[in-house]
This record gives sequence, structure tokens and C-alpha cells, in this order.
Amino acid sequence: MEKQHYEQIEETIYMETLSNGLKVYVLPKPNHNKTFSIFTTDYGSIDQAFTPINSDQMVQVPDGIAHFLEHKLFEEEDGSDAFDTFSKRGAQTNAFTSFTRTAYLFSSTSEVDANVETLLDFVQSPYFTEETVEKEKGIIGQEINMYNDDADWRLFFGLISALYKNNPVRIDIAGTVESIDDITKDMLYTCYQTFYHPSNMVLFVVGPVDPEETIHLVKGNQEKKSFPEADTLARTYGSEPKESFERQKTIEMNVQTPKCLLGFKEPNEEYPLSGLAYELGVQLLMDMMFGLGSSTYEKLYKEGVIDNSFSADFTMERSFGFSAIGGDTKDPDRLVSVLEETVDAYQQQGLGEEEMQLAKKRKIGTFLKQLNSPEFIATQFTRYEMNGDSLFEVVPTLEKMSIGDLENILHRHFRTERSSVVKVEGSGS
Amino acid sequence: MAEAEQFNAGGLRVHWQPSDTFKTTTIVMHVKTPLEAKTAASRTLLAHVLQAGTEAYPSRRKVRYFLDGLYGATFYADVGKKGENHILTFVMEVASERYLKNEAPLLPQALSFLMSVIHKPNRSENGFSEAIIQEEKQALVQRIRNIADDKTRYANIRMLEEMCSDEPFGLHPFGSAEEVEAITNQGLQEAYERMLRNDQFDLFVTGPGTKEEITDAIHSMGQNVAEGKHVDSKPTIQDAPEQVNEVVEKQPIQQAKLHLGFRVPHTVGSGEYTAVLVTNGILGAYPHSKLFVNVREKESLAYYAASRYEPYKGILFAMAGIAPDQYEKAARIMKEQLEALKRGDITEEELTTTKYMLKNQILEQVDSARGAIEMNYQNVLSGAKRTVDDRLREIETVDMETVISVAKAIQLDTVYLLTGEEGTA
Repeated sequence: MEKQHYEQIEETIYMETLSNGLKVYVLPKPNHNKTFSIFTTDYGSIDQAFTPINSDQMVQVPDGIAHFLEHKLFEEEDGSDAFDTFSKRGAQTNAFTSFTRTAYLFSSTSEVDANVETLLDFVQSPYFTEETVEKEKGIIGQEINMYNDDADWRLFFGLISALYKNNPVRIDIAGTVESIDDITKDMLYTCYQTFYHPSNMVLFVVGPVDPEETIHLVKGNQEKKSFPEADTLARTYGSEPKESFERQKTIEMNVQTPKCLLGFKEPNEEYPLSGLAYELGVQLLMDMMFGLGSSTYEKLYKEGVIDNSFSADFTMERSFGFSAIGGDTKDPDRLVSVLEETVDAYQQQGLGEEEMQLAKKRKIGTFLKQLNSPEFIATQFTRYEMNGDSLFEVVPTLEKMSIGDLENILHRHFRTERSSVVKVEGSGS
Repeated sequence: MAEAEQFNAGGLRVHWQPSDTFKTTTIVMHVKTPLEAKTAASRTLLAHVLQAGTEAYPSRRKVRYFLDGLYGATFYADVGKKGENHILTFVMEVASERYLKNEAPLLPQALSFLMSVIHKPNRSENGFSEAIIQEEKQALVQRIRNIADDKTRYANIRMLEEMCSDEPFGLHPFGSAEEVEAITNQGLQEAYERMLRNDQFDLFVTGPGTKEEITDAIHSMGQNVAEGKHVDSKPTIQDAPEQVNEVVEKQPIQQAKLHLGFRVPHTVGSGEYTAVLVTNGILGAYPHSKLFVNVREKESLAYYAASRYEPYKGILFAMAGIAPDQYEKAARIMKEQLEALKRGDITEEELTTTKYMLKNQILEQVDSARGAIEMNYQNVLSGAKRTVDDRLREIETVDMETVISVAKAIQLDTVYLLTGEEGTA
């Protein structure tokens, strides 16, 4: 067991890599009632073309299969459901699928050991039949239709599919009603065996627990199970042009106020900084240019072009990265032109030291707020771990960031030829 | 975390809960008044205008610049309803200097700022700034219009409007776009004066800090609100009509939203409150509940199927997102779940599991500062001073018989369906 203490934020983390490759992290929070635990595989919706374990033949699986698999893992061979097992102990459980990860989690205030074992056991005992696979199609079909009526979701995916031409990030995480219809139990097993190997997974436990006992418990649980030798994972995402796929797109929907996003995609080249530093850098820049305290925000708000739905976010994961700026607006064209002028002005005039220091302060304060949440710590720690970084390096990384670093990012990320504008507008408006 | 200590400072009732569990201190000011059609919109606009600037920081941007200096402290104001009360809420969250290099305490500065938002607004003898009023009207009108774009939220609001058409609870706390447009500077000032004079103020502070930091910061503004005021506003409790009210509305959407509104003759202040929580838990609050199991797991009709209890009003509603052509089947199965409870068709396991889930939820809630504050505020509003231990104990005492008798008192009032237009599904 290794131990790392982070003095400034007063947190200590314990970790061990087990013999089957599973990485286990424990962060004790002695004053809490709740223990939160999340078991994550480095596998998500974009992993559709890959070489299955013990094979050298590339396969292509239907859109939405990672998310479908997430739903099906809760069902057990004896007909029980992991939801019930947790519920009987008063624990809450859930799962989510993102572009690059699938995660299973629980929170509970009692019987933590039993819940940790259940979490490991239900994820590590896949059981699918043709019948149960068919039945799930109705439920997921309704989930897909719910998102189809969600204008913000349609806008967001509209932007990604305008930016990207080939990368499967452009496809909705849940797939479509048609694509999930092609899913069979054999495909689910193939995906499961390839991507749910312990060496591709991380378990994180945070709460009032003893780290040594928890790691011992996990070790005992894993030693009872046998896994094949780990294999190298080969996945492809297609080749992505540097330019955005579509510069402009409008989606017609039944909305009262139009919605609009301006986005920029990352070129798939080597990053000039670590992933963590690069991500923080883009966030600092967007906060300076478009944040609540920026002159651009003030101007757009005063003109009534934006409201408090306005946001500027950056997403960067395995094989892709993009920013998304915008929200509800009565005048999408005015919004886009002010945003673009802001980027131009920053690129021409450069950045001010004082402005950067203030943005750093804001980011550090935000980070401290986020550290109050065990869910945030566990989810984000896992995410950075899988990307080769550490969540607890956020503050030192921010402190080290220079004007030069930010100017590099400013000229690399915000490029017109890699941008797209997507609008959602009411039919007939 | 310890239970909150209560004291008075500068006319305010302060609920102070020291805790070193958090890296930030959370400050919440709840300002309560009865929910009424003629004041909801102006109070909401007031929340917008007050946060848009103070005497010392007279614009949104200047406010933001000040907050940035406090390591990006969170600050916002908003309104909502709890039963038939209109609650204006100011929220701040500020980092503890303990985790920052060479910083003086930030809590006193944050709290003084919050006091100045309420007592030293950006106002001249002509009233609030006309320009700010216009900007905030625009933003608020847009927020009101946008409610219709979130279909689940919209369906729930519409169901309550239909069900409570002659009760204050049917009102949306923002008011209507037309009401907002019509507010004058004078009307807004009257809303401000009324708030200081008549409303009930409760200040909650949870996290690292000291009592002295709090009292000093409050006294720095002098006494401006009516001392320890209590505003009484009990909700009206109604029976369901003899004939269930059915409303169908059509829009070009793919998924239909089915919402069922029920009357419950018990609210948060009553002895049956905890028993209603358990009953609602068996019916639809959890993945093991009857609605989830029967509508989703058995019939694959929906992705979500759940029920919620509005303890400040005495209403329970059930909802599911379904395919438009499954309306009758889904409605029948949903209604049947409550009937099953009334018949006592409940297993021991459903009852125990629900009690575990509820207890777990309460313990988890107090792990977050906002959760602990909301639990304290519920005690303030209901007058029932339930500690965390009381809540856990009360859950323990609920038995099968009580659940059945509570279920029997629940009556269906309104069925609301938002569905696709023909040919658009």
C-alpha cells in the first residue's frame, strides 16, 4: 500500500495495484457519514472499433453498446438485480456512461464492506440472455426519446457532430432506437471481456473507512476470481481532419428561445503541456474571455443577448477535445459575432498578468468548493488517473502556469477553421 | 456535525453550525413571505436587481471583481416556493483561509458583503437604476419563457397549475412574463421596503469560522430588519374533487410526459409526516419502489417512473416518460400501484428497504452544508424541531398499519398528459 499526503489541502490518499492489475484508491474522510465508491472502466461510447481480447481481427459494434452494457450489468444470473441488493442495505446505486468511461457507484452510511463487495461482484459477473437484452430495448428507447426532446442535449450533440467528421464522439452516447436494435448478447459479452479486465479499471473509495482494511477486503474479493492474462487494447477512432466538419448548422425544434453554441475542436497533435495543465489553461482562458467577470459577459448580458444559462466549457478526453460556448439567446448571430471578436481581440492584444492572477484565484477557490464533494473527488480523481494525471496537482499546476503557456494555448485552440456554430431554433422562427 | 446553535444578531435569527469537515463556509439567507399572485413577480425581479449591484459595487461586473478577490466566492440570489410561502434566498460560499497561502479570514468579508446586498443596495433617491431594472427584466422574462423548453419541468408546472388553480400553490414563484414587464421602479421599491418590514429572515452559516466573525459582520450593517420576525402561512389543505380532473396537452414531442397529482392530508408539521415519507418511498421514490419495478422493470414502458411528496403543501405526484400510444396502459398501472398500497399489498421487505433508504438519505444529506441547512430550515418552517436522531427514530416507528392508513388517505386529483401531436411522434 502506498500513501501520499497533500499538505495544503489536508488530504491523504492510499493506493495499491493488485496482482490482476486493478488499481484501488482510498481517501479517508473520518467526519462524514457517507461512503462513496466508484468502479470505473476505461471504456465508453467512442470505443466502437477495436480488437477483442484474444483476437487480432478488428470489429465494429453498434452505436450505444457501451451504455447498453452498463444497463445490463445490474441483472444477475439468479434473476436478482444489483439495485435491490444495495437497496436492502439502504445504499443508493447508479451508473453512467460517458464518451470514454463507464462507471458504477454506490453511496451508503452502513454496511460499507458488504456494499464494496457487491459493487465489485455485480460488475464482475456479466449475465445476459437474448430475452433480457430484448426487454431492455424498450427502456433505453424511452431514455433516447427523452433526450431527443431535450433541446440543450440536441444542441450539444449538434455541435460535436458539426466539429467532428469521423471520430465517434459525434454519435450520441446512447445510440439511436435503430442502432440499439442490432445489439445481441454475444456482442455484449465481447465488449465486456475486452474492456472490463481489472487492468483496465480503477476502484475509488472515499468516506469514513480504514484504508488498510478496505484494500485488504478488495484484495480478498479479487483473489477469489480468475481473469485471463491482460491483453493490449487496440482501438481506432478513424482519422480526423484538422478543420471542423460543418462550420454552421441549425436544428429545428419546438423552443421558445433559440439556443446557440460556438465550439472549437483540438487539433490531434502532441499537446504542448501535460493534459491537466492544458485543460486548466483552456479553462482559465475561457474564464478570462467569457466568464461572469469579463467585459464580454457584461456587454452581452446588458444587451439582453444572454442570460444565466450562458456557459463556456472545455472537454478533453482520449482522442478528442473541444470547447463549447453559449446558451439561450434571442440573437444567436450577435452572440457569435461578439464571442469571435473577443477571441480576436485577445489574440491580437495578449493577456494581462493581473487578469491571469485573478482568474487563478477564482479557479483555486472553485477547486476548494469542489473538494467538499466526495463524488467530485472520486469521479475526477479516477478520470485524471486514467489520463495519466493527478487531481491533487490542480493547485500547484495552476500556480506554475505562465502568460506564455496561456498564449500558446490561446493561439492553438481558438482557430476559426476548427470552429462550428450550431443553433436550435423554433420551427417557423 | 453538531446541531445548529441559534441566536439573534442585528434583528436576524442566525443558525450557526460550526464544522471543520468542509473546506468552505456556506451562508444562506432565506427570506419568507406568503406566496401571492400580486407580489411573486416583483419579489423575483427584486432578487435579480439586488444581486446586480450594491452601493459599493454598483454593477454585476464590479460585484464579480470583488468576489474574485475572495477566491471566486459563490454568490447568487433566487426565489422558490415552499408550500404556500415565497422564499427569496441569498447564497454565498467562500473558501476557508486555512487552505490558502497567507490569507486573512474571508468569512467576515463575505458576510459583510451579503448584508450590504440586502441593506445597502445600488439605489438613489430616484430608486433603483433604471438601466439595471431593464436588463434584469429582460433576463427574467427569458428565464420564464424558457421553462416551457424543459418538458418534464413544464409538465409538472402545468399539472400543478391545473390541480391548484384556485390555491396559491398553483402559482409559479417567478410570476408571468407580462407581470414582470409591468413592474415599475416604484413597485420594485415597495417590494423592497415590504421585504425589510414584513418578511421573516433566517440566516444559516455552516463550515469553518467563529461566532464572533459572524456577529461582527452582521452588526457592521446596523439593525434593519424587523427583529426575529415570524411569518405564519400554513398551506390550505384540500380534498380531491369527486371526478378526477383530466388534462391532455399536445406539442411536437417524441416522448409523452404523464403526471398524476394526488392530495395528501398531511404536511411537514404533522405527526404523520414521516409515515408519508415511508409511504411515498414504497410507492415511487426509489429503484425498489412499486412504480419503478412495475412501470419500468416489468413492462419496459418508461426510463423514469417515480413519485415525489411535497411536504409543505400536502401533495404527492407520480410521473413517467412514456411512448404516446402507451398512455392508457401506463396510467392504469401507475394508479394501480397506489391501490395496491391501500389494499395492504406491501411486503415486509418493501417496508424495511424503504426505511433503510430513508435513514441513509438523511445521514447523507447532513454530509453537505447545503443539505444540513435545508434540514434546519425545514425545522424553522414546520415548527417541528426534529434532530437527525429524531428523524431516524421516527422512521423506525412507522409500521405496516400506519402506511396503509396513510395510503388510504391519499386521493387522486388530476391526471395531466403532455403528448405528441398526431403524425409528429
